[in-house]
This record gives sequence, structure tokens and C-alpha cells, in this order.
Amino acid sequence: MMYTEKVVEHFRHPHNMGKLANYSAVGRVGNILCGDVMWLYIRVEKDAQGRDIIADVSWETFGCTAAIATSSMVSDLAKGKTLEEAIGISNRDVADELGGLPPIKMHCSGLAADALNEAIYEYLTKEGRPIPAALQARHDHIQKDMATLEERYKVFLDRDATKGKPDEAPSCS
Amino acid sequence: MIPMPDRVYLDNSATTAVAPEVLAAMRPYFDARYGNASSLHSFGREARQAVDESRAAMADALAARPEEIVFTSGATEADNLAILGSALARSGGGHILTSKIEHDAILRAVEWLKPMGFDVTLLDVDGTGRVAPGDVASAFRKDTFLVSIMAGNNEIGTREPIDEIGRLCHDRGVLFHTDAVQAVGKEMLSLENVDMLSASAHKLHGPKGVGFLYVRRGTRLAPLLHGGGHERGLRSGTENVPGIVGFAAALALAQAERVDVTSRMRRLRERLMTEVLKIPATRLNGHRAESLPHITNFSFAGIEGESLVMKLDEAGIAASTGSACSSPNLEPSHVLVAIGVPLSMAHGSLRISTGRDTTDADIDRLLEALPRVVAELRAMSPFKVGE
Repeated sequence: MMYTEKVVEHFRHPHNMGKLANYSAVGRVGNILCGDVMWLYIRVEKDAQGRDIIADVSWETFGCTAAIATSSMVSDLAKGKTLEEAIGISNRDVADELGGLPPIKMHCSGLAADALNEAIYEYLTKEGRPIPAALQARHDHIQKDMATLEERYKVFLDRDATKGKPDEAPSCS
Repeated sequence: MIPMPDRVYLDNSATTAVAPEVLAAMRPYFDARYGNASSLHSFGREARQAVDESRAAMADALAARPEEIVFTSGATEADNLAILGSALARSGGGHILTSKIEHDAILRAVEWLKPMGFDVTLLDVDGTGRVAPGDVASAFRKDTFLVSIMAGNNEIGTREPIDEIGRLCHDRGVLFHTDAVQAVGKEMLSLENVDMLSASAHKLHGPKGVGFLYVRRGTRLAPLLHGGGHERGLRSGTENVPGIVGFAAALALAQAERVDVTSRMRRLRERLMTEVLKIPATRLNGHRAESLPHITNFSFAGIEGESLVMKLDEAGIAASTGSACSSPNLEPSHVLVAIGVPLSMAHGSLRISTGRDTTDADIDRLLEALPRVVAELRAMSPFKVGE
């Protein structure tokens, strides 16, 4: 399995790593049972035009090379963006900016974009602001996935390993 | 590739460097004595002689008969031949006993047999990865025809009590197979209670692409590969002559230096256990004493194994992880789950495996880099260890 130079570069020298002081909101996604967990912190401020922008962003990630590289990349992509622009950042954007990811690692880019989504969702909720429909839909989807995953993993861990084929094991993607 | 002479290779349970003596023994069989061992002419006779002599020497080293050695393409094929071959030689189904920590070559093979009317019991192991012989005894059924328990585990190194389990099988007239891929050349293996044993050359400084299945005389096996009837009909296909010669040379070398090499490996393993466990929130996966000499496996809380391997690679150190981030479904290693490693730690495993060339200086390099890279990755992690 080969990572692009850009992935390796972000892994070796990650940007915006750590916990942000005075963060406005945090998005927590992933599951330790799957081997990757991402916490993304954002600080929202008004810019000169009075728009909400992500003035600063940081992350803490438990995961593989791709998980760390996508954390770094999504933080670069989000920094300085308006909330509206940041909501538009997709997992495809994250993967493309890294020059692609190995197929089995594509879920890592999804995780990074999800973490950003969840941080913005938490921010707007805390502020009592209206939630755009797309953000709400994605939030519901992420939460449902995480709940399903936990449930499925329970089954996987409790199951008699003689039952069920190896390829019936839950997918974390 | 840019040559990196100062790299340290600590992934010898994945594969090993071909030893110079082994390469030298193999060389003539590529371009000087390249005959097909089945040919009648002098080229063929040279090749046949090389195969025969290699087989005889290996049989001698294992206290087996030459005709009990069936050369294969590697251990995966040997494992499949043992499992599928003994199942398919029966009429009707039956029951197979194996453990939860076997190599996938066993687990997937027994899985494949299930729809064909075979039942499989996967035995639990204890927290160190040991199969209890008593568990084997109590899992026997009337229709149990095969037990397969590895000699030593490839991820965590734990040695299994195969003599005792083999004896239980023989008392009941049940076939006993052992996957001895990691143990051959390192452990004294007795075939007294073993009907079938799988081995692979590239794990002991031999070439890739050659293995064997020891098959005790009188064991009924159905071949998986059909064709020219090579290997007494058990494995058709032109013999991999250089590979077989290389395997024999590698086994001879391993036997000759076994005491020296494995005592050094044990000493290095002791050092690793002492030093690595000083890193906070770290655990040893496996057994301190009942272990193959060359494999040591640790878990580090709060970090993920692939990242750790990648960081070590940057530092010029090659090791591996049992973590399954590289597998499509990302589930943690079945071995670590079976020995009860907490799931929070099962993804953060590191396997260090030494070879005949590994030195104290290599371990020094690892011990210098490891605490640093663990700390770096923990600094990135949301799970703050020790806070």
C-alpha cells in the first residue's frame, strides 16, 4: 500500500495539531474500536464584513497515517473559511488535496470532513442559530452511523468466531 | 529505491533476508543446472539429484523419512493441503478443532469447508495466547478427525503445547497438524505426535515461494493440485529446484547455528521486554517465557499501530503491527482480540521480530526511537495517556 508524498508530508509534519485554546466548538467522530477517532476544534470569529469565519482550527486524532494526514488537511482547508464555505468541504475535497488515498483508507477522509461538520453543528446549536438542512442531514447520518457501528461491533465482539464469515465483520468505512 | 544502508530490519517474522550461504547454494540451479527434475537427460538428472538430496537432508534434520516431505509453494499451500487435503480425503463431513489465533491460512481454509458439511470448533486461548490441552480434550467429538494448532504464534510469539496436544490426538486416533512456520529452525520440534507440519523457507533466511508439508506415512490426503503427479501425487507441478535447494540450505544453516542465534534472540527479547515496558501505558502481548525467541509484541495505549510503524520507518526501523488498519474491514487483530487485549489497545500494537543478523546495536536504535515516536503520536491523540 502506497501513500502519496503529500499524505506522508502531512503525517510527518502535521498542521494545526493539538487542542485549541478558547475553542468555540468541537466535533468528535470515529470509534476507537475501528482504530480511528478524530476530535476537531474550531474557534469562530466575525471577520471585517461581519461574517462568521473559522478563525482557528485544530485537531487531536488517534489513527493511522491517513487519519492523521486527513486531519491535518481538513484543518488547512477549513482555516479562514466562512462557516458556509466550511460546510461545503467534502471528503472528496480532503482526499483530492492529498493527491488521493488508498481505497481502503478513503473512510479517513470521510472522518475528517465529518469532524468538521460536527464541530460546525455543535457551534450553531450552542449559539441557538438555525441549522442548514444539509448540515442537519449530514449530522443525523454521522450520528446514526456511529450508533450503528457501536451496535454492530458489540455483535462482532460477542459472536462466536466460528459463526459468521470473516467478511461479515463490520466495516468501519 | 535509494539504498539506505543504515536501516534496521526488525520484521523477520514477515520475511527474512536470504542468507549468503543459501543464495550460493541456489545459484547454480538457475542457469547452470536448470533442468526439469522429471526429465530423463543429464540436465534432468542433476535437478532430480538436487531435489532428492535436499529432501533427504531436510528429512534427516527433522527425523522424518524423505517421502514424508511434500514440497509446496509455501506455508499457505502447506496449511491448505493439510486442512483441505485431509477433509477431502474423507467421505462425508466431520469435525475439525483449531484455535482462534491460527494464521488466516488455517482459519480461512476451515471456514471454506463449512458449507461442505464440516463443523469447526475454534478453541479459546488464555491471556498469553496458550491453548489448554484440556480444552482440546473436552472439545473432541465422535466425528473429530483433525486438530490443527500452531507451534508458535506469528503475531505474539506464544509457543503452544503441541507435544501434549498431539499425544491427546493420537490417543484418540485423530490427525494432528501444526503450522510450524515461525518455529522451524528455532525450536526443537519432535514429530513423534505430529501427523502433519507446515513450514516455509523465507521465514528462516531461505527464499520465498517454497515450503513443505510434512505428512506422516499412512496419512490419507487428497491433493489440491492435479497434474503430472509430482510429490508422490500430492502436489503436481514442476519442482522449484532452486527454491528446494535453498530451503535445504536454510534449514541446515538454522540447525547449525540454532543454539547461538536463538540464545542471542532470547537475550534481545529480554532487553526489549525490560526496556519497552518502561514506556508508560504499555503492555506485552504474549508470554514472557513460553515464547518463540524472535517475536515480541507490545501495545501502546492511545495510539494506532500503523502510525507507529510509519514513524519508526522514518527513523529507519522496519517493524510491523498486528493492527488491522491495513485490512479492508479494519477490525483489530484476531489474535489480540482472542487474548483479551482491551480494544483501546488492540489497535496500538507493534511486533518486533529479530533474525540471525540482528544485533544489540539494532535494538539500541529501536529503543532510542520508540519512546520518542510513541510520545509524538500520543501528543496527537485525543486519548491522553496518564492524565
